[in-house]
Amino acid sequence: MQEAIKGRVIKVSGPLVVAEGMGKANMYDVVRVGEKHLLGEIIEMRGDRASIQVYEETAGIGPGDEVFSEGEPLCVELGPGLVSNIYDGIQRPLEELYQHFGTNLPKGAVLPALDREKLWEFVPAVCENAHVLGGDILGTVQENKVVAHRILVPVGVSGAVVKIERGTFRVTDPVCVIRTDSGEEKPITLLQKWPVRRARPVKEKLPPDIPMITGQRSIDALFPIAKGGTACIPGPFGSGKTVTQHQLAKWSDVDLVIYVGCGERGNEMTDVLREFPELKDPRTGESLMMRTVLIANTSDMPVAAREASIYTGITIAEYFRDMGYDVAVIADSTSRWAEALREMSGRLEEMPGEEGYPAYLTSRLAQFYERAGRVVCLGSGDRVGTLSAIGAVSPQGGDISEPVTQATLRIVKVFWGLEASLAYRRHFPAINWLTSYSLYSDRLSGWFREHLGAEWGENTARALKILQQESELDEIVKLVGVDALSGQDRMVLEVARSLREDFLQQDSFSDTDSYCLLAKQNLMLRLILGFYDRACRALDEGVTIEQITSLDEVERIGRAKNVPEAEAQAVYAEILNSVDRSLDAIRQAREEEDK
Amino acid sequence: MIREYQTIREVAGPLMLVRDVENVKYDELGEIRLPDGSIRRCKVLEIDGDRALVQLFESSAGLNLSESTVRFVGHGVELGVSEDMLGRVFDGMGTPIDDGPKLIYDKVLDINGSPINPTARLYPSEFIQTGVSTIDGLNTLVRGQKLPIFSGSGLPHANLAAQIARQAKVIGSDAKFAVVFAAIGITFEEADFFISDFRRTGALDRTVLFINLASDPAIERISTPRMALTAAEYLAFEKNMHVLVILTDITNYAEALREVSAARKEVPGRRGYPGYLYTDLASMYERAGRKKGSDGSITMIPILTMPEDDKTHPIPDLTGYITEGQIILSREIYRKGYLPPVDVLPSLSRLKDKGIGEGKTRADHANTMNQLFACYARGKEAQELMVVLGEAALTPTDRLYARFAEEFEARYVNQGFSENRTIEETLDLGWDLLGIFPRSELKRIKPEFLDQYYHERT
Repeated sequence: MQEAIKGRVIKVSGPLVVAEGMGKANMYDVVRVGEKHLLGEIIEMRGDRASIQVYEETAGIGPGDEVFSEGEPLCVELGPGLVSNIYDGIQRPLEELYQHFGTNLPKGAVLPALDREKLWEFVPAVCENAHVLGGDILGTVQENKVVAHRILVPVGVSGAVVKIERGTFRVTDPVCVIRTDSGEEKPITLLQKWPVRRARPVKEKLPPDIPMITGQRSIDALFPIAKGGTACIPGPFGSGKTVTQHQLAKWSDVDLVIYVGCGERGNEMTDVLREFPELKDPRTGESLMMRTVLIANTSDMPVAAREASIYTGITIAEYFRDMGYDVAVIADSTSRWAEALREMSGRLEEMPGEEGYPAYLTSRLAQFYERAGRVVCLGSGDRVGTLSAIGAVSPQGGDISEPVTQATLRIVKVFWGLEASLAYRRHFPAINWLTSYSLYSDRLSGWFREHLGAEWGENTARALKILQQESELDEIVKLVGVDALSGQDRMVLEVARSLREDFLQQDSFSDTDSYCLLAKQNLMLRLILGFYDRACRALDEGVTIEQITSLDEVERIGRAKNVPEAEAQAVYAEILNSVDRSLDAIRQAREEEDK
Repeated sequence: MIREYQTIREVAGPLMLVRDVENVKYDELGEIRLPDGSIRRCKVLEIDGDRALVQLFESSAGLNLSESTVRFVGHGVELGVSEDMLGRVFDGMGTPIDDGPKLIYDKVLDINGSPINPTARLYPSEFIQTGVSTIDGLNTLVRGQKLPIFSGSGLPHANLAAQIARQAKVIGSDAKFAVVFAAIGITFEEADFFISDFRRTGALDRTVLFINLASDPAIERISTPRMALTAAEYLAFEKNMHVLVILTDITNYAEALREVSAARKEVPGRRGYPGYLYTDLASMYERAGRKKGSDGSITMIPILTMPEDDKTHPIPDLTGYITEGQIILSREIYRKGYLPPVDVLPSLSRLKDKGIGEGKTRADHANTMNQLFACYARGKEAQELMVVLGEAALTPTDRLYARFAEEFEARYVNQGFSENRTIEETLDLGWDLLGIFPRSELKRIKPEFLDQYYHERT
């Protein structure tokens, strides 16, 4: 046992505390500062002086106060009880803090992240004498109706199972004893710890080639993300970043969602807490909260803990990924995390890079996003898990040339650029179809072809092309007016409008349209483009553009998104038939006139 | 025992360096005794061994290095609070400046407050009727929201804020309500406008005023909003009142913050504002809201003037990232003579969806709101096109939209500062305007509402 390292504070500047007498401490060790035992982490060592970033408000700390090291890095507790919980940036359970300390957060409060008293039913998956490796599944705890929490052999432990039994246990009770190859008997508990700044190891990384279906048409159809992929959502305030993130957290087809509210509004977290338990997961029919872990470090909470919250979130996500699940980490917003980094860097008097951000901003961001991926998990068998990371970015003034956005764009593969002008028109999600991109499109095309046929790929490509044509035609209209365009070009404008309003626009507060099945998305595209093809043919035959745009079916297409999934196929086909009939009637009328 | 130090070594701008101190804590309040016996206040910004860097809250005029002394009092900056504060006037540091009786404080609170546990928050969802159509109809304010007014120099933001303070009410409720008003570096005339408006309408007895005028020391402004919020928290969460906090003008606050940051030679973020401006603003704005275990609420309306009307300037920009929406005033609409000159399109209330609809306002509210926004946005585009190409170049539909935009501004936006419209009046006006369009254009409205409310104009 290492002897306790004790030092004394000599300097306090905001969240930065410098202590002397810390020569034996390690970098990134957790320390306790002052009478109230504020939690901190060593981020710099010079001689026997340690610079400590303190995760709590430092008012009242002064020179002479004691500092002691806990001799281990910042860790999260992993085990049953994580799901449906809400934690702060350093994994303190907020609900319990509220029960114990009231509505405002106290300083130096220590409560275990996982309930120590709660009993869990453990069902072994291996028998005694079995030989197990780190990462193997020892057994499961059914955490709730949705999540079967697989208990894994800790990383680095291997050997023969000496004892394992079925029963109810607290998280700290040993459920199994393993005799390691060196002969040591190691008790295994449901609770395991892992340092947040270290990525959990995997056997192998695989290229991501299965889409993560989000139920959001702009995303799934135009800019899809893969399971195990990375994406960012930059946008100025008011463009709907948070609503988009909430939509992803609600409807993505993954097994678990870790939602990290990093330096954002308190009421937004309250909203999640209030809304998620009541929403039903379309895949399991159970409450969405049963697959969600929340990390909330709101903007009024101490700034240093904001820096840690992202790591806390992704470590928990990796833990579930290692069980072989599809996990998504949704972080709102990484800009606030970068600002926390900047503030500490400034206090450490480091030489600043761009806009005062530290020079290591890019590498830290890259390290974070690189922890995502589709992997073969440790242990025997080829269990595959995925971890997708989606980060919101809040560029100042909506100017995406700023360092955090640029550094993020260099790493992530999907860019959903939100735009204020779309938001002003109440076009939500305000994803700009001209600037956004997904580098997974090609890789995912195989999956889409297999599940939806070749039509999907063709139609989405056509839709994007029409939207691009629209922007070019818009330039001409601004110069010479819409009358100068040919009927065909005006039809492009009309179908582009329809794609924008009737397909891309999706009201996240609507009961019928908040989530859209992939099959329905496919049908909707078929409907809109089917109408377009028919209209183009009619134009060639001499029907005028005014006759086409004044068809009643145009309005019916406009309301098509609210048709329930079950009826969509029949209703949409009927609309197209009706279009055919109407156009035939117009043609006939013309022919009769000609006669 | 509290020691008195005569070791002030440097005074530069708002900062002061004291040597050979012992047992001084970060963020501790200090009192400086000047040779003439007067007392000034300061707080510890950084402590390094036996040297304390302190920030003055008042002017350094008259400070003398050899004779002035400083003592540290063992706690942070505090404000005494009691229910009797209502109707009283305080300076920017929380000292009463009217001639009222001496206050007996119920409690003394740290002005920095402490962060609210997000699980202890109650989600704001009670509709506040402000009587202003552009707010009630399109950017609905709810109890516990923080909704700033982004304005520019010379625009009538003060009138709008006063109108809201005067007219705001929750339909069907007569709960106790109070106004906490913090003047942060504004002119005497502007402060006087508010005070006389409160007095005229009889609201003054329910108002706590914190006044830091443009002539008062700039650094005092750093505490003024926190004083106001501490008083507001006490009234809301301990006395169960519904408190409306008006902070004007945040731009002056941020400039005071920049002054201190520059004096400390910190690495600046954008436009010279400190990198922690976001965090600092958040620590104020986030104090709005509702909490479990209390019936009260804090609704906050910070006012800020955007330099050069630039919304991307760090102060409005960072504010927008923290607050739950914004009401933006437009010079263009003001020039047309429409009051209050709210620029509807970029304005936003993030909490509107939870405060409207059946049982709160009316079932058709959400649909009509989206439809009005969409129509107005398209109407503005049509108007722009019309300027370039002439009216003849527009399609008949676009001409309708252009006409709608015009009428919308003249009737919906324009209501003056004294008209108090009920939510029904606002919604009906919206339907009347939508009557310009044929039914098929109103795609964002559910058919059942169209059946009930829509009348096409002939």
